[in-house]
Amino acid sequence: MTDMINATINGVPVEVAPGTTILDAARKVHVKIPTLCKHPDLEATGACGICIVKVQNTGKMLRSCCTPLDEGMDILTETPEIVEVRRGVLELTLSRHPNECLTCLRNQNCELQALAADFGMTTSDLPNIVPDLPLDTSTKSIVLDPRKCILCGRCITVCQQHQNVWALSFLNRGFKTRIAAAGDIPLADSPCVRCGQCSAHCPTGAIVEYDETVAVWNKLQDPEAYCVVQIAPAVRVAVGEAFGFPIGANLTGKIYASLRRMGFKAVFDTNFGADLTIMEEASEFKSRLLEGTGALPLITSCCPGWVDFMEKFHGDMIDHFSSCKSPHEMVGALSKTYYAEKMGIDPAKIFVVSIMPCTAKKSEIIRSKEMSSSGYQDVDVSLTTREFARMIKQSGIDFVTIPDEQPDHMLGAYTGAGTIFGATGGVMEAALRTAHYYVTGHDAPRVDFEMTRGLEGVKEGKLNVAGKEIRVAVAHGLANVEQVLEKVRAAREAGEELPYHFIEVMACAGGCVGGGGQPYGATNELRTKRAAGLYQEDQAGLWRCSHHNPYIKELYAEFLGEIGGHKAHDLLHTGYQVLPEYKR
Amino acid sequence: MSEDTALDDVEVEEAPEDEIVVLAQKWKKKRGSLIMALHELQGRLGYVPRESAMKLGREMGIPLANIYEVLTFYNYFKLESPGKYIISVCTGTACHIKGSPKLLHGIENELGIKEGESTPDGEYHLQGVRCLGCCGLAPLASVNGKVYGKQDVTDAHGLLENVKRDEPMHVAAESNDAE
Repeated sequence: MTDMINATINGVPVEVAPGTTILDAARKVHVKIPTLCKHPDLEATGACGICIVKVQNTGKMLRSCCTPLDEGMDILTETPEIVEVRRGVLELTLSRHPNECLTCLRNQNCELQALAADFGMTTSDLPNIVPDLPLDTSTKSIVLDPRKCILCGRCITVCQQHQNVWALSFLNRGFKTRIAAAGDIPLADSPCVRCGQCSAHCPTGAIVEYDETVAVWNKLQDPEAYCVVQIAPAVRVAVGEAFGFPIGANLTGKIYASLRRMGFKAVFDTNFGADLTIMEEASEFKSRLLEGTGALPLITSCCPGWVDFMEKFHGDMIDHFSSCKSPHEMVGALSKTYYAEKMGIDPAKIFVVSIMPCTAKKSEIIRSKEMSSSGYQDVDVSLTTREFARMIKQSGIDFVTIPDEQPDHMLGAYTGAGTIFGATGGVMEAALRTAHYYVTGHDAPRVDFEMTRGLEGVKEGKLNVAGKEIRVAVAHGLANVEQVLEKVRAAREAGEELPYHFIEVMACAGGCVGGGGQPYGATNELRTKRAAGLYQEDQAGLWRCSHHNPYIKELYAEFLGEIGGHKAHDLLHTGYQVLPEYKR
Repeated sequence: MSEDTALDDVEVEEAPEDEIVVLAQKWKKKRGSLIMALHELQGRLGYVPRESAMKLGREMGIPLANIYEVLTFYNYFKLESPGKYIISVCTGTACHIKGSPKLLHGIENELGIKEGESTPDGEYHLQGVRCLGCCGLAPLASVNGKVYGKQDVTDAHGLLENVKRDEPMHVAAESNDAE
């Protein structure tokens, strides 16, 4: 065992493993050092300087986020001298930040604002010089306001290193430094896949979701409109964070109730769509596996960030993609066909709102003509969890105490397989449950496939189905996709046996629970807790396999006909095309 | 964005595709050589057009985001064509001895601008450059990639007349041989 490092922080002895930063060591002895550019997900860059501490032995001021604790160090973290330096850093940062807190989407949920409050930054001698830079709303998913940027670099690290997309970078230098889309073009023309991880990691309002709450409120007030809504799996275990609930608390019933009070005439659940996706996708897998009707490995396609990434960077994989639409698109299409028919409502009047953990879904709803398979745009607006939380706050609903309600079961009843879509590996696990049934004619003795769970970047596993070995891989965080696809390409070129039969990819780390539209502050600990909320519901549920969902059976019997049949194909499936990385 | 429209308006005089491939091959294997490749690209074109930067990025396996970080970090690099005629007067050793400072000064007087500047009408940009690699033709200037060699350093006016008529004494192909 390596020797431990012994030192003192504010006179308190501390022992840590070599390489531990002063910041982490301080946490261990309950000393809080303020940070701004540091995010627990990302490697420290030491960009802001707010976390400086003093090493008594040398008299040096060091940035605690990126300095390892050394043997015998005597660290001070709170002296008038240190506080003065930190205030100086903060004052300079604030001097070029617009005073627009009251009208900013991050109001009361902003790391810079919180720090300014903690430090009591009530006056400043410095003039407020805000760079005159234009807003970029081109993606209609993510909004870039470089004026509010404090140049911490988190968005760039996550976009370049974690997502391997390289849509964002710093341009220029010194006082003129700014964030911009690669090559200084509108973000929509860059390789951006709209995953929104930049917005989820931004400490301020410099990168936020494209807010569409007003459009939804207006429709809810429109007497001609028949507004229906659906919520994604991952939303139910995250929205509570905005109301002080413990992380991972599953608040499905409260969400349904709140949505009805807002004025939605029907409350559906994307988990139903997830079950339906599994019915179609597991069938697609079975026929590719047993009848050779298409390329293997089959790759999941419910994540729009991943679909965009594949179309831009991995066009050679198109044949491997499942043709299934994502769950909320299926529910959208059925709302304006099946539901409209059954309830006798003019589909032209139906307005479908999706509440998603995701910014990319905002672009997905208009990505191709198949997204209007009902004859109308199948999903009219896609909101993020963050927008939904704001709507609850605007609506006068006491979310904490409101009693649970049920969904409209026709497109709202679901199984545990649908619920776990929200966590990395969940789609794979759900698909395996039903694929096993399709191939063997009976359910697997145990439907928990633990190999697909957890936060390992790439998870691999094997499964024996009727004497046939099925090899699967699950990747999340787009930078992790590369190695999985390389294995497939290498085997394909060498004419060797396929490394996998089935691959699941989610653009965001942790899957949708860590989505770019989720409440701020996601760490691996938090992602794990949110996912646990989903797995608990799966474990406790009456039905755990999509093909057991009675409302799904009814849907096929009354409306769709055959699984993978003509009508299903028209409404539930889509196609892909190779896209240029840059539109200009 | 104003810069976007500006990019559209610029007449892109792109380095021939294969030239960028050769450039990329030359620098690809050396670590941290992006800046050298960009230097060379700008040396040939007078600026780094977006299309050329993208092509170079594809060939070198470097994302455009990275390339623009470098291009905008250093003031030296230009993203837009600084003028219709980019006059690069060689200030390398051989040309210097043959009086290139005098030629440079003469052009400055003729155009009414200093070295590194462009004329207000956007017609001319004047710059002194390191050795162009064809010392046998000293003293020389290169204009938009065409080489005007063995100049009379006292006759800047004559050089500019030749530039307007697009009559280099020695064409680019010849200069490539010299290189």
